[in-house]
Amino acid sequence: MLRITCPYCGPRDELEFRCGGEAHIVRPGPPETVSDEDWGAYLFQRQNPVGAHHERWVHEGGCRQWFHLVRDTRTHEVIAVYKMDEPKPEVPE
Amino acid sequence: MSYRISDWKIIWVLGVGYSGFRLIREALRGHRGWGPAWRSPEPKARYDALIVGGGGHGLATAYYLAKNHGLTNIAVLEKGWIGGGNTGRNTTVIRSNYYYPESAALYDFSLKLYENLAQELNYNVMISQRGMITLAHSRHDLEGAHRWVGAMNANGVETRMLSVAEIKRRIPALDVSPTARYPVWGGFMQKRAGTGRHDAIAWGYARAADRLGVDIIQNCEVTGIDRGPDGAVTGVQTTRGAIATSKIGLAVSGRSTALAEMAGFRLPITTYALQAFVTEPLKPCLDVVVLSLSTGTYLSQSDKGGLVIGGGFDLYPSYAQRGNLPAARRVLAAVADQYPGFGRVRLLRQWAGAVDVVHDSSPILGTSPVEGLYLNCGWGTGGFKAIPVGGTTLAHHMATGRPHAVAAPFSLERFSTGALIDEAAASGIPH
Repeated sequence: MLRITCPYCGPRDELEFRCGGEAHIVRPGPPETVSDEDWGAYLFQRQNPVGAHHERWVHEGGCRQWFHLVRDTRTHEVIAVYKMDEPKPEVPE
Repeated sequence: MSYRISDWKIIWVLGVGYSGFRLIREALRGHRGWGPAWRSPEPKARYDALIVGGGGHGLATAYYLAKNHGLTNIAVLEKGWIGGGNTGRNTTVIRSNYYYPESAALYDFSLKLYENLAQELNYNVMISQRGMITLAHSRHDLEGAHRWVGAMNANGVETRMLSVAEIKRRIPALDVSPTARYPVWGGFMQKRAGTGRHDAIAWGYARAADRLGVDIIQNCEVTGIDRGPDGAVTGVQTTRGAIATSKIGLAVSGRSTALAEMAGFRLPITTYALQAFVTEPLKPCLDVVVLSLSTGTYLSQSDKGGLVIGGGFDLYPSYAQRGNLPAARRVLAAVADQYPGFGRVRLLRQWAGAVDVVHDSSPILGTSPVEGLYLNCGWGTGGFKAIPVGGTTLAHHMATGRPHAVAAPFSLERFSTGALIDEAAASGIPH
């Protein structure tokens, strides 16, 4: 079971949260200038790293705020938590 | 049908095949004549083709490359032990109850190969076509089931609707009462679906491939993919040294992204942990595979008597090969709700595999952006049932340079053309 520290509510049980997938995906544009390949990559390709993953979570069963966290996909260890408008923290690979 | 009398005669004469005759002969000799089922060779400096990943798909690819295409100077590289990844971590269900014609053709091709696999490989892979029942728990589930059954029959995959009374008779342990937590509105059955013995399938393909001259190299992790000045693959770096080749087939499921990264391209894959569970052995009480649409859980009873239970994956990316309690609770609570008698059964084991999930819940088969590198990935939570077709199609593409007819619609290009084959709903579980 993960223990996730919501930046608004503090440490809570995994059951209260839902993962929203990879964070910091930038939508390419304007649309008429984007090739099919680039649009496909934006829609479907993911970093899927073995190690630190920057991802979005929502505190669904609590304050219902979205936020970011960095989690190691090999161990599930939560490395860092930061708000949506905060810059991406540097973490070791 | 690949069973040929001449094959059997040769095996018989040499006395190396598995048969009743051999069993008696070995019993009379104190079982001293059973050798290893495959060799453990040192890797050569060069092969005509390499398969990365010694799971079911990789081993099947090697077998079909050797048998169907005559390529025998090939090797399978496995970082751990063969069949130790998702092939050894699934719930052994074999079925072809998909919605779209492309998927039906692909998975039914696989099921047909499974039906004769024991004879093909001279190995008891314990295919048990006990049938699979899909349960509908609401009016909407039932409407979906009717539509699904119509599509399956139109695609030539025989199936039929079941009434609640038929379901009750076939699954006595299931709560079909009107007050059930998940009331049963009906369902459908694919009679040819069932289960297989996962280890035997890996070992059977390994033994058959080895006999055709394929080198199976375990404890050999690929750490880099070499490319020449023209961009085409020239070999791999491994923990047991460099190996040169001009053709590489990737069959590494959850690790596909990492291998693609070594070759310099990206894939539309996210890796998740999929859990499975097995209970203490019970007397025979469930003789079909049952899938519940509303809860996404499925179970069957193994030959040892344990209930083998699966469900949805843990909903965040993971390479840990270890699931967490919320997903386990979801799955097990649904089973306990649907089968009140099973609520008191104790779990023996719980485990997870790292599965390669794609947005349209369909596999990625064929060429990659790198010349000489071929893909077999994206099977998500359902790769086991596809082992024979995954091997056949990857071998076909690597040997002939053209996609196999049933694999052609599943190319990587569909993610830029938009021609997705979206089986997210029809696969029956939340992929």
